Amino acid sequence: MTAAVQDTLAMLVRHQRNFLRQPIWLVFALTQPMFWLLLYSQLFRRIIDLPGFDTDSYVQFLAPGVVVMTAFFGAVWSGMAMIDDLDRGVVPRFLATRAHPGSLVVSQVLHAAIISIVQTVIILGTAWLLGARVERGVAGWLVITVVAALVGAGFAGISHGIALIVRREEPLIAILNFFGLPLTFISATLIAETLMPGWMQWAARFNPVNWGVVAAREMSSLDTDWGRVGLYTGLLLAFVALASALATRAFGVYRKTL
Amino acid sequence: MAAIEVEGLEKTYPKGVRALDGVGFSVAEGEVFGLLGPNGAGKSTTVKILATLSTLDAGTARVAGYDVVREAGAVRRSIGYVPQASGVDVHATGRENILLQGRVQRVPPGELRRRMDELLETFGLGDFADRIVRTYSGGMKRRLDVAMGLVHRPVVLFLDEPTTGLDPEARAAMWEELERLAGEEQLTILLTTHYLEEADRLAKRVAIVSRGRVVVDGPPDQLKRRLLGDAVTVELAGGDATAAAAVVERLGVVEETVTDGRHLRARVEHGAQAVPGILSALEASGIAVASVTVARPSLDDVYLHFTGRDFRSEDEAGSAR
Ligand SMILES: Nc1ncnc2c1ncn2[C@@H]1O[C@H](COP(=O)(O)OP(=O)(O)OP(=O)(O)O)[C@@H](O)[C@H]1O
Ligand SMILES: [Mg+2]
Repeated sequence: MTAAVQDTLAMLVRHQRNFLRQPIWLVFALTQPMFWLLLYSQLFRRIIDLPGFDTDSYVQFLAPGVVVMTAFFGAVWSGMAMIDDLDRGVVPRFLATRAHPGSLVVSQVLHAAIISIVQTVIILGTAWLLGARVERGVAGWLVITVVAALVGAGFAGISHGIALIVRREEPLIAILNFFGLPLTFISATLIAETLMPGWMQWAARFNPVNWGVVAAREMSSLDTDWGRVGLYTGLLLAFVALASALATRAFGVYRKTL
Repeated sequence: MAAIEVEGLEKTYPKGVRALDGVGFSVAEGEVFGLLGPNGAGKSTTVKILATLSTLDAGTARVAGYDVVREAGAVRRSIGYVPQASGVDVHATGRENILLQGRVQRVPPGELRRRMDELLETFGLGDFADRIVRTYSGGMKRRLDVAMGLVHRPVVLFLDEPTTGLDPEARAAMWEELERLAGEEQLTILLTTHYLEEADRLAKRVAIVSRGRVVVDGPPDQLKRRLLGDAVTVELAGGDATAAAAVVERLGVVEETVTDGRHLRARVEHGAQAVPGILSALEASGIAVASVTVARPSLDDVYLHFTGRDFRSEDEAGSAR
């Protein structure tokens, strides 16, 4: 057990170090969420005039959405790192050592979750500068961060699962592109739930991105519906468990092809 | 006890490619053993099974005394594995690669530092230890590869094509490293290669693999002797070599002669010993000789003989059978 944890930490250090060494990537990962926040809040500024928005600042409304969207998009692409490792033989090489095999996937998922957490802090910080507040204070920041980490971990698990099965960049890109935008739009990320068509509201209930957005948004206003926060956080936990199972399964499939 | 014992190894990949069809060989402790064969022969598959990466369909394999299926953990502890595809993290430095490898191989931290410095030094990577591997030359990267495989002092080292893709200079440097390693007591090395000269130079024994089977194995010298003896080529000062061939054949030491214009090629068991007799017989018959050369047969000849195919033109990759 401790060996598995140690291996996971050692691998995690590797991912983070390699990430920090790519300055361009780093700059984009950190500035993109701010950019989204600024862009969307300008583009859709008048949207709050519509009935259904019970806020007078779109940034206030948008910030939790951008937090979750950022975690989602970051994590969804994280499987590319796995493909790189497969191509270069890094994964097979570790599989012939005493390294705990699970650490190879778990460390990637943790890495994605940690990036999501850092991005969350940056977005909430930027939103704060723009006058938007997480009304629930410390508890709000905490829950929103946890939600972002869960969304990041869950989708990273799925992305790695697909990566281990297709094992090539092109199909992974195609699959992720196909699902990326719909999952964002069939959610309350940019727009109030009540403004979505009925079928979309229904579909959104099955969308982990939406679970994250709803839970995070509840925590940024004062009339928090704790039941919904609990429900959706719980669902996200289940989602992470399911995604991990999928990634583990995919890893097993991959090992059989060796 | 043999360091590696393989018997009747069979493997069919999920998509139906039969990669191994009863591979068997054994490697003594401290020996350098070469698996020689063309693309797709099954060299990497054999090594991957021995390194516990791939599963086997039939047969048994023991490495360092442990069964690769039932005692995979113990095997992993005992081996170093340098894959054909490297497996170095090119985004990290040489030092970081060795450290991570050592950590997952459970080398105690204090010892790991010492071992790392020692490896960087002996593999000539000291000055590049803190450079990102992406900036390494092919030869440096491959040396790092080997160093990583040795970090936990394994008793068996698998090298899957250690010099493929290296330029002649880097290859020579790698050969020197490997010769030094081979001299270290207790380390058993199994290397795969396409290069006959590499197997000839480094390996004490070789096995030629073709289509998932070992077609022949033994010490390179013995294989060559078993095949051909020596090749003696006589160049005459003038005229035709047919008469000379008749003279030489009458000597009785020659196994086979071939003539080609002024050239006479003869196969004899011991070339150097046969030459004086050949020369005096020709002189006695009044045939003038311009030059004589004696050559050992190469492993190319061995390969050709035992597989019935020319080594260089061979490519079995993806062949259906
Ligand atoms: N992971 C795999 N999945 C399916 N088929 C494979 C796999 N690896 C190898 N093969 C096939 O199995 C056969 C043996 O391959 P192997 O890699 O063992 O040969 P090799 O002797 O190492 O060749 P090379 O000199 O090209 O490295 C080939 O036909 C190859 O295409
Ligand atoms: Mg190979």
